Amino acid sequence: MDTSVSAYNENTHVESDQALPITISGLTKRYGSLYALNSVDLEIRSGEFLTLLGPSGSGKTTLLMAIAGFNRPDSGSIRFGDSEMILMPPHQRNVGMVFQSYALFPHMSVAQNIAFPLKLRGVKAAERLSRVNEALETVQLSGLGDRTIDQLSGGQRQRVALARAFVFRPRILLMDEPLSALDKKLRERMQIELKQLHRQLGVTTVYVTHDQREALTMSDRIAVINDGLLMQVDTPEIIYNQPVNAFVADFIGESAMLPLTHTTNGILEFGGQEIVQTPVSGTDRTWSMVIRPERLEIADKQAVPNESLIVFDGVVRESVFQGESAFVLLELSDGTELSLRAGGGTDSRAQRLQPGEQIKISMQRHDVIVIPAGQE
Amino acid sequence: MSWWQSPASDTQVTHGGRLWLYILAIIIMLLLVIPTFIVIPMSFSDSQYLEFPPSTWSMRWYHEYFGSNKWMRATWTSLRIGVLTMLVATPVGTMAAYALYVSGHRAARLIFMYMLTPMIVPVILIAIGVFYFYGRVKLNNSIAGLVLAHTALAIPLVMIIITAALRSYDLNQERVARSLGATRLKAFFVITLPQIKFSVITAALLSFLTSFDEVIVSIFVSGGKTATLTKHMFSALRDYIDPTIAAISTIMVLISTVLLLLVQLAGSRDK
Repeated sequence: MDTSVSAYNENTHVESDQALPITISGLTKRYGSLYALNSVDLEIRSGEFLTLLGPSGSGKTTLLMAIAGFNRPDSGSIRFGDSEMILMPPHQRNVGMVFQSYALFPHMSVAQNIAFPLKLRGVKAAERLSRVNEALETVQLSGLGDRTIDQLSGGQRQRVALARAFVFRPRILLMDEPLSALDKKLRERMQIELKQLHRQLGVTTVYVTHDQREALTMSDRIAVINDGLLMQVDTPEIIYNQPVNAFVADFIGESAMLPLTHTTNGILEFGGQEIVQTPVSGTDRTWSMVIRPERLEIADKQAVPNESLIVFDGVVRESVFQGESAFVLLELSDGTELSLRAGGGTDSRAQRLQPGEQIKISMQRHDVIVIPAGQE
Repeated sequence: MSWWQSPASDTQVTHGGRLWLYILAIIIMLLLVIPTFIVIPMSFSDSQYLEFPPSTWSMRWYHEYFGSNKWMRATWTSLRIGVLTMLVATPVGTMAAYALYVSGHRAARLIFMYMLTPMIVPVILIAIGVFYFYGRVKLNNSIAGLVLAHTALAIPLVMIIITAALRSYDLNQERVARSLGATRLKAFFVITLPQIKFSVITAALLSFLTSFDEVIVSIFVSGGKTATLTKHMFSALRDYIDPTIAAISTIMVLISTVLLLLVQLAGSRDK
């Protein structure tokens, strides 16, 4: 990887006052009969990088704006540390904020933009200058303070917006899809830089995105939100490997959902094959199995299910070479579509498959994810 | 290839093919300015009467105008009312436009349309209504009354100009400013206003012109000491026609042209 990606100069230590935890409880916001937020309880830990992830219209931005103070929830509480914020106007909340559009002030220079929050706080000119320079150095824009905003590239604007948001040492940093205007390469690079910056500043960060990959890359924890409801809050690994419902399973990563049926002896099965013990919580509800494409493998023709392996019979519908991997679309005997992703070099069998070919595929029994069926 | 056959635009239409359009455009432009070009020479006539083209030339009607107490007082009144209208209509219209633009309220559009009514309703109706209303509240023949009436006429213009400016402005800038510690008012004055200032200047100049050029309401509600220049010109036309009117018109054309040029310059500088 390009060395400049390692980004922020570790020596430029920007001290942050103690980071603050955010405690959200019973937060509700309605627009007419529509719930933008439906009794949301969320505990954001001091200093963590938490991502609000959800599709557009899920309520994630509403929640961020409520934390920033730009919309007033109908009920509930938002506390920073021990202080209730719900009625506090935005300018007294002392949070740094980065918008999707950056919202840099075009009538001010880069340095004036960054100095803006300091000026409002009555920081003396000399200290202002040194702190602006320090912030510029942190975002690797040293020497660009005199530029006007329209002389900057997209990535540089992004950095100025960031510098302006942390230069006054807020204890909470809010970001609303800050990378979505950048092209893919730059975005991936900025994701890593942002993560490093967060580590360096140690400030509690709430980040909004609809991009699940971005959320997985950057977050300490992810809060998946849909229809104003919090679906699951956990680390990226657990969100990915143990989604609690069909929405989370479907929204994060690629997945196929196979409906399971109950057997008389308390086991869930698919197509006559025993899959897993019915979870204690639910013999009276239906369950599905989540299958991640990369957890499937092409098996030998003779493969049979055993204690550690589940085996399906399938017909190849399409096989696609995608560079780093091969993607195979299959149809199971009961008509269910399933996809399989095989790492490029390691499994060359995947690349030789022809449509219509009859194959066996297998997955490890311990990779089985069972969730309640349907969207909950 | 001659000019005639050369393409006029990317669409390969030749200048020859566009000839009818050029001629039409020239006719329309002429129709717009011919009245003005007739009045200007008339003002330099030496005749007692309005005459075009003048048989002899002189500056006497300009001397007449600048030497007359009556005309000078009316001019002064019009200038004062124009400036006061500008000072009231610009902030009020700007505030209204801002509020309606920022507000997500369902009624915002309706209120906006309502605020535009002085522009849509025939001015003669407004003039009659204002006249009877002022009769009751004793505002006829007062500067305040004229300024209020002209402000009502100017506010729609201000609102349209300011709303257009706000549309091309990213309001998130104000939000950022507030999150960075600025009060809402401060965010408006430090962040928003500097970026729409040329539109605000345009709106101010046009409000001045709206008042300065206004005839109908002035005829109804101004009189005596508060008679505006336009009202005097109108009565002068009725009572005794002499080229002083043409001289004044020429001066007004000059003022309007200069202000409109300023507006053009200001308008093109907001992004």
